[in-house]
Amino acid sequence: MCATCGCSGDTILVYPEHEHGHAHEHSHEHEHGHGHGHQEPQTRTVTLEQAVLARNDALAERNREWFAEHGILAVNLMSSPGAGKTTLLERTIRELGVELQVSVVEGDQETVLDADRIRATGAPAVQINTGSGCHLDAQMLAGGLQTLDPPDSSVVLIENVGNLVCPALFDLGEQARVVITSVTEGAEKPRKYPQMFRAADLVLLNKIDLLPYVDFDVAAFLEGARRANPGVEVVQLSATTGDGIGDWYGWLRARLP
Amino acid sequence: MHEMAITQSVVQAVCDRMGDTPVRRVCLEIGTLSGVVADSVQFCFEVITAGTPLEGASLEIIQPSGMARCRDCGAEFALDDLLVLCECGSANRELLAGEELRIREVEVLA
Repeated sequence: MCATCGCSGDTILVYPEHEHGHAHEHSHEHEHGHGHGHQEPQTRTVTLEQAVLARNDALAERNREWFAEHGILAVNLMSSPGAGKTTLLERTIRELGVELQVSVVEGDQETVLDADRIRATGAPAVQINTGSGCHLDAQMLAGGLQTLDPPDSSVVLIENVGNLVCPALFDLGEQARVVITSVTEGAEKPRKYPQMFRAADLVLLNKIDLLPYVDFDVAAFLEGARRANPGVEVVQLSATTGDGIGDWYGWLRARLP
Repeated sequence: MHEMAITQSVVQAVCDRMGDTPVRRVCLEIGTLSGVVADSVQFCFEVITAGTPLEGASLEIIQPSGMARCRDCGAEFALDDLLVLCECGSANRELLAGEELRIREVEVLA
């Protein structure tokens, strides 16, 4: 099984495939010489006081150090499916690609469709298929980075699995977390998923070009985001028309190492 | 359903610390604001522990409730979700309790 996820490790797939030179040999033996009496077995209590996600957090810290050593800005993008993450990435790469080297880690349960869309822009991309897993974790990202091999002083954008619940719990070692919501989803998202909004360094409200056609209360959305995460910066934009996108680029540039 | 992954992390962490020693009881702290559903972890535990040294162990879950301190007026208050404001109207609060996701202790064969 995979280290932090309940799914079988075999189902985590990274595309393009990476060659692993290491062999796996498990030849350990188990010998249990103890007798079985009829008394209640003696037990002892051991205090652990350990974070449940300590292993993931340690791997995330290793990723974070690796990014720092290589002068790489890593941003974890999280949203529900269909909020426009991939469209935003496509436009960002097309428009910032001349000044910044951008590569992408794509997380989805199945298919390599998103990585293909990113590669069509000319940027390197690696696809991680999580199988039954509902989020990326630090170990999956480390595997993806090995294949992606991003250059020093570049930007790695990590598109997490579309899900507003699970990814919030798993530190990947990123420097910043961005939550993307679109106006077609409804203004109550921050109230329904406060954990996700609380974890955000930046909130992007996407598809604002559709505001005239949908019943979306921007003020209620901003109030919900403020309740979950006081002081969080919110940028309103349209990845399709480019309205407001300069603020997103400005935010990214300000975080470059 | 990240509770499956959370439960797997519990089993992995206990095995890392205790090796092959059979475990009879695991005590977790899952805060009510942690974003993890204790009932779901309880449900996953039996499935995930099958074939491990934790097989057959009981799972005790302590659920600390949420407490926060207002950064504006200094008041301490209870909260059962992350959207509760301080009585002064401020959302600017520091969580003191409720986000726990810890393995407190295990009981193993002596």
